Amino acid sequence: MISELRKQLLSGETTPVKLLEDLSSGIAERDGQTGAYLSLELQTALEEAQSADLSKPLGGIPIGIKDNINVLGQPCTCGSKFLSKNYTSPYDATVITKLRKAGAIPFGRLNMDEFAMGSSTENSALKQTRNPRDPERIPGGSSGGSASAVADGTAIAALGSDTGGSIRQPASHCGVVGLKPSYGRVSRYGLVAFASSLDQIGPLTQTVEDAAHLLQAIAGADPRDSTSLDVAVPDYHATLKNGVEGLKLGIPKEYFGHGIDSGVRNQVDNAIQKLAAQGAEIVDISLPHSSYAVATYYVIAPAEASSNLSRFDGIRYGMRAEKPEDILDVYKKSREEGFGPEVKRRIILGTYVLSSGYYDAYYGRAQKVRTLIRKDFEQAFKLVDAIVSPVAPSPARKLGTNADDPLQEYLSDIFTISANLAGIPGISVPCGSTDFDGDSQLPVGLQILGPHLAEAKVLQIAHAAEGTCGADIG
Amino acid sequence: MSQNQLDVRYVAGLARLELSDEEIAEFQPQLDAIMEHVDALKQLDIDGIEPTAHAAPVFDRMRDDLPHTSLPIEAVLQNAPDRSQNQIRVPKVVTDA
Repeated sequence: MISELRKQLLSGETTPVKLLEDLSSGIAERDGQTGAYLSLELQTALEEAQSADLSKPLGGIPIGIKDNINVLGQPCTCGSKFLSKNYTSPYDATVITKLRKAGAIPFGRLNMDEFAMGSSTENSALKQTRNPRDPERIPGGSSGGSASAVADGTAIAALGSDTGGSIRQPASHCGVVGLKPSYGRVSRYGLVAFASSLDQIGPLTQTVEDAAHLLQAIAGADPRDSTSLDVAVPDYHATLKNGVEGLKLGIPKEYFGHGIDSGVRNQVDNAIQKLAAQGAEIVDISLPHSSYAVATYYVIAPAEASSNLSRFDGIRYGMRAEKPEDILDVYKKSREEGFGPEVKRRIILGTYVLSSGYYDAYYGRAQKVRTLIRKDFEQAFKLVDAIVSPVAPSPARKLGTNADDPLQEYLSDIFTISANLAGIPGISVPCGSTDFDGDSQLPVGLQILGPHLAEAKVLQIAHAAEGTCGADIG
Repeated sequence: MSQNQLDVRYVAGLARLELSDEEIAEFQPQLDAIMEHVDALKQLDIDGIEPTAHAAPVFDRMRDDLPHTSLPIEAVLQNAPDRSQNQIRVPKVVTDA
């Protein structure tokens, strides 16, 4: 997709301004239905398009941005009332600086669950986003706006963020590609922090090759993020089309058990057979601590979130409650009025597991179980090159059906969470569609997980899967 | 069920969240159910296991100590809800005795 557009740009068949105008009219026509965008800065983008340097790798390509990544002079609401009125980004996130260096044009702010907490984008305090494949269904989340726009063609490609599956799961539900890089591969500077030891920025795209294009542009060490890794970034295109012949792909038995929808299972099994037919060796493996991943995550992520979100105190930026009695009242009332229910739940959960008397029992213990989960993967990657599984236990559910049951919603992240705990890369690539819950043709994603920093391998396998499964997707 | 082990009102106070009675009534059973699920971690033997704080631990990585320009004051203050004389204004913090 991007390669094709780049050819058209270089040959003069189209221009960056024309690309933006086409996107803009697509948004005017269809975004009323999907609700993917929170805001557009068309004028700024058009000015940038006029001076775009087409000699750069992403020269003249507009990229949609999840609304928790700072772009100078633009809003950054995080889907929250806390930041929806009184916040304009004073700087570019490092990924934006890098996209600009590659010639891309950040265009449009994409909806998300508030502060990236959720799996449906229903937790956005600002807008409802729908799945373009079936508007009665969730787009997934938390990067639901990014996935919805890319699936609907109202974005060429987008950035999202993934803390427990927030790129991969919406990509799976909307039938697009979503890549979560290894922890440390991409700078988090300028991403509004949710859980700092788990968060990563990554691309949502129409093709695996496009994901490679975007990762190439945003990867690399950053002096402004001490957790970004100072290691060489490989040329992802060099190995993209190498196929899967001779590669060992692990099938974790814990990811194919009870609770997985039969249609999802069939599509994933199908994809695995096709990879085997291309010469991959399929190996049964075990990740024995998988069943503890959700519990571990829902201690660690809220703990980090409760600490990170203490910056939203009504003093320096964002909302401040009116007529407070004193300084304590500023904090309490601003946070009560500014945060939605899911954010409050997680702040309470995180504060509790970090509080005196419970720290060792919950947070300390969860960090040790995190070690066990990480070691499960280390053992597995001694046997196989990559792991293949479903992304989510079922296709996109209907809007409004998990509203009162947060635990049920958390459990739907069961196959994606472990990669964040272990810090390894993962991709969701469309592998077919299935009937589910009275509807037909709902997209199913195949997840490919690789060893730490093995994005090139993950992209290579995803490219092979895309090639064989693509024909099945309507 | 963990018998309301997590006192929502008290913990919300620690987190500087003022909740309505309705919110507390809504959150209590939801948080109890989540903590009940989390309690499964207690079944595991974790003796001698080192904790993981970061998935890719990099310690004490320092950047070069070089001077560079900071954000201009206007950029820093532009989002402040209330400001005066290049400062952020807040309600009185120290009260009269």
